[in-house]
Amino acid sequence: MSDSFNLEIVNPEKLFLSLDNVSEVVVPAFEGDMGILKDHISIISFLKPGIVKVFTGNEVKELYVEDGIIEFSENSLSILTSRIIDIKEIKKDDLSSMINEANEALKDENLDDQKRFIANQKIDVLNRLN
Amino acid sequence: MASLDDLKKRITSVKSTQKITKAMKMVAAAKLRKAQESAEKGRPYSDKMHNIILNLSKNINDKENAPKLLAGSGNDNVHLCVVMTSDRGLCGGFNSNITKKAKSYFKKILDSGKELKIVTVGSKGFDQLKRAYKEHIIENISFKESKNVNYFDADKVGKMIIEKFEKGEFDVCTIFFNKFKNVITQIPQEQQIIPLKSENSDDKNDVMNYEFEPEEDEILNNLLPKNISTQIFKAMLENSASEQGSRMSAMDNATRNAGEMVEKLTIEYNRSRQAAITKELIEIISGAESL
Repeated sequence: MSDSFNLEIVNPEKLFLSLDNVSEVVVPAFEGDMGILKDHISIISFLKPGIVKVFTGNEVKELYVEDGIIEFSENSLSILTSRIIDIKEIKKDDLSSMINEANEALKDENLDDQKRFIANQKIDVLNRLN
Repeated sequence: MASLDDLKKRITSVKSTQKITKAMKMVAAAKLRKAQESAEKGRPYSDKMHNIILNLSKNINDKENAPKLLAGSGNDNVHLCVVMTSDRGLCGGFNSNITKKAKSYFKKILDSGKELKIVTVGSKGFDQLKRAYKEHIIENISFKESKNVNYFDADKVGKMIIEKFEKGEFDVCTIFFNKFKNVITQIPQEQQIIPLKSENSDDKNDVMNYEFEPEEDEILNNLLPKNISTQIFKAMLENSASEQGSRMSAMDNATRNAGEMVEKLTIEYNRSRQAAITKELIEIISGAESL
């Protein structure tokens, strides 16, 4: 496989996922979704709540991330995130509790624009999953 | 010499102590495996985070306007020390090693006329430090309720530290914890987290040209607070592995000592029992002879 690259997803507890035959990854970067293919320029960017899509061969894996930072260099992509869940494993109860959490956060009057945007984004994504 | 009864009682008491220490050792061994595993699993995240930040900070040209968490507040007057210890005792020199390290650092700070503030994480450290440094301790955090080390606890501590930093309550922050090397060796560590110390900043060879989206400063502003929590989380993981390792070897020693003691006491018991029997026999024989 000549057009594949490495992917590592880590969360604070463990190495969540490590693949070496990824053909494309779509990440919800802060300024819009971003597709990463092999030989992408080295980049550091951070994520907003959304879905990470991992393409390996004919398979597509979809993961929900809450935040994070990505680093791509020399054909290896690292995604660091504090909360990541495989969409297939996500439960209805968890979803609604996460939505409530975000709604609670929105009630805070002193929230700055960025945080407000992130919370709104989170609700949006979660509602779509629901 | 103690009476036979007393000796017997002592033997039983030492034996039951031995049972307890043995059980504690087993529990510590089981927990250690888990703690060690999570400490090792947690390493990639903090290492990666550290690397990214290093790369970012190398790319920042305008050092003057760098985020304060990276560059510091410009002063060096108030030092905040976060001393991370365990909530439970009976783990050998684990807690006293950290506090010893911390105390020598405190002394250095106070001797140079700077202000010292202490935050203790874990109740044992608080107990050991409150006698000598009561007026310096500003907060004591303990996670007795949470069974395992988790990121959200670390995040709480991290957020608290950042909040204090933003209010200008301190200039330099150092954390103290035990780094887990292996079961018998744990190395007490001090690590400065604010401002971030970049080691070997002179090897410029591996500077990579990254594209940043959004701008460097914005990423750094977002990343640095996270890095604080991550470093604290790492310290907590290392600490919990060290605690279990230290407890395991301490309890192993205790069990062995108790075994030795039981042996000694048993010999003494047998000897005095024999002496009593001999004494009785002599009494009977001499009684019979006098008839």
